[in-house]
Amino acid sequence: MTNAVLQIVALTFRYEDMQMCFDLDVERGEFVAVMGPSGAGKSTLLSLIAGFEKPLAGRVVWEGTDISTWRPADRPLSILFQDNNLFAHLDVFTNVALGISPSAKLNDEQRKVVATAIGRVGLTSYAARLPGELSGGERQRAALARILVRRKPLLLLDEPFAALGPALKKEMIELVKELQVELGLTILLVTHDPLDAKVAASHTAFIHRGRILAKRKTEELFKSRDIPALRDYLGET
Amino acid sequence: MAQRDEPVDGHRTAIVAAWVVTFAIAAIAVVPLLRLATSFDSPGAMSLFEPYILGILRFTLMQATLSAVLSAALAIPVARALAKRQHFPGRELLLKLFAVPLGLPQLIAVLGIISVYGKEGLLNDLLAAAALPLLPAVFGLKGILLAHVFFNFPMAVRFLLARLETVPQENWRLAASLGFRPVDYFRHLEWPNMRLALPGVFSLIFMLCVTSFTIVLTLGGGPQATTLEVAIYQALRFDFDPALAARLAGLQIALCALLLLLLQRFSVSVATPPRLRISVMRPDGDDSHGRLFDALAILLGGLFVAMPIGAVLSDGLGADFGRLLGDQTLWRAAGWSTVIALTAALLATTAAATLAQAIARSDARRASVFRLAGNLVLLIPPLILAAGAFLIVHQNFDPQKSALFAVIIINAMMALPFALPVLEPAFRTSFETHERLAASLGMRGFSRFRLIEWPTLKPSFALAFLATVLISLGEFGVIAFFGSERLITLPLLLYQRIGSYRFNDAAGVALILLLLCLALSLLIERKMLFATRPPA
Repeated sequence: MTNAVLQIVALTFRYEDMQMCFDLDVERGEFVAVMGPSGAGKSTLLSLIAGFEKPLAGRVVWEGTDISTWRPADRPLSILFQDNNLFAHLDVFTNVALGISPSAKLNDEQRKVVATAIGRVGLTSYAARLPGELSGGERQRAALARILVRRKPLLLLDEPFAALGPALKKEMIELVKELQVELGLTILLVTHDPLDAKVAASHTAFIHRGRILAKRKTEELFKSRDIPALRDYLGET
Repeated sequence: MAQRDEPVDGHRTAIVAAWVVTFAIAAIAVVPLLRLATSFDSPGAMSLFEPYILGILRFTLMQATLSAVLSAALAIPVARALAKRQHFPGRELLLKLFAVPLGLPQLIAVLGIISVYGKEGLLNDLLAAAALPLLPAVFGLKGILLAHVFFNFPMAVRFLLARLETVPQENWRLAASLGFRPVDYFRHLEWPNMRLALPGVFSLIFMLCVTSFTIVLTLGGGPQATTLEVAIYQALRFDFDPALAARLAGLQIALCALLLLLLQRFSVSVATPPRLRISVMRPDGDDSHGRLFDALAILLGGLFVAMPIGAVLSDGLGADFGRLLGDQTLWRAAGWSTVIALTAALLATTAAATLAQAIARSDARRASVFRLAGNLVLLIPPLILAAGAFLIVHQNFDPQKSALFAVIIINAMMALPFALPVLEPAFRTSFETHERLAASLGMRGFSRFRLIEWPTLKPSFALAFLATVLISLGEFGVIAFFGSERLITLPLLLYQRIGSYRFNDAAGVALILLLLCLALSLLIERKMLFATRPPA
């Protein structure tokens, strides 16, 4: 019996001529970096967990329940992409409000929740702005505010900070870690940058050609010498 | 850029050639206008807004407004459904079908529409079989709107669909994960995006319908349903009233200028139809919500476009080809159609290439002059050029001999705005890629064109040429002015056969013309994949 809150069991998918099969256990409150070269299947894994793609076989299990046939909206998770996390023609407030109701029609109490979340990510004075009027970092903050109001226990991060400069990226990772503590989130972060894993993640999984070769504590993984593909990836021979 | 202006030497020929083309175009446009203007008698100016002319103006605007509103409104549910449902069988075929009307001679569509919606058409056969009340004749405003919507609704669908395809994939996924219902998709994603494309689509269709000639001439069926262009034609060909024609032409040019100003704001053009992506992932694509509605929208939209084309095909197969092929007139028409289309296309492509080459080597101001030259015919409709040329030819030359030249030149002018947008970006890309290397090697003039531009631009040339052939092949307005027993083209023959109620022969001619145009369209579609395309 494992005490993993999220179990990926033989989750199979085919993209062009690449066959992928993922196995992964994640415990509650872990911050797992899913690291690997581009084309290894990192984003596909997140799409399968989120329900945007249908697996050929296998299961996604959350707290003992197989959720792999659930609609994306019913799954206990939020997702943050690298780009386009906001609807371009809606202001920040409405974009966040969509996290509470898809019609964006809120009562007073809900409006307060939205305003608080926007304040929490430091965008109070930007609530009426359109995404196009914000910087890249501010847009990702706004998307985080929506994740705050959704209150889903699992957070999937699909290289959301890859386009940001080093200082901004660090700041965003700090913010995510704070939110993780406040909300008790379990987090999967997809990245091709080993530094992200080192800075952010308690655990790191290494993904290679559609398979997860290992998942260990981050420091341990970077010290491991038993995975040749990982040594090649990191450029350490 | 300073670097761009330094090697002026190597570009002088290109620029001079473009100025020659520009002045030639200006002359071709201005001379007929001047001829029309001399007919503009002074009492004419007073009666510019007499009730007869006002009535025509009102009808022109009214039918164009209705056509644009109907086309755009019907396109919304169909584009929405097509964007959402990415995987039903026949989707790609349907998108190809929606590209067909754009390259279809208008007379063929008219014939197809009569065959489907006419008094003895397919629909009335069905209604009669079901013992339901029959549809009235398809002439007048009804017929004009049907034909205009047939042409423009599929184009509107393509524009709206292309717009929906610019919505980033993440937005659709986000919507799925936020639990959007179909109404939320429409409110937050589909409608806001389609709304951005609608003003451009609407004004483009409006413009096309304001200058619509063939459809109004054949389906209008009377003085109550006449547009400015048809009135100009009738004033000259039937009443020989140059003064009236001049007044109508002045009004039409003013109207076109106003509409062009409007269109510029939206940067849409029939010449550059949007490219559609093969497939966009839609997590909600298999959603059963509204599946029936979407299926119905797609089915009806597809049938609306397919039926008239299918009717022309099936009527045509029933034609007596034995007799038709023995008819000397058919062969003469086919011969002149080929000669006119090929010559006009060659002229238009050469002129467009000359302009495009110079535009790539010019600063913004000079480029805009050359571009204006290429698009002049949008400002001065070909029918008005034809009207002016008609007066010149008939009063100063032997019409038998000079009509052919007038037809070819005006056809070439007409095709220019379609050839230029194909060649201009291709030349610009080629220039930006090769300029420095070519300059450093000292390559210039024709040898540079032969070694550098031609090999990379061949696909674009082919595309521009084919597109202009297609336009000339289906052209009817200009030949309606200049056509005679001797000078006849396939569309004119088709018109005469319809006019003399020889529908069996008309169906045969229509089939031949349709197959020619479909083959060309398919070839163009394939060439598109190889030619350099401007970013959508």
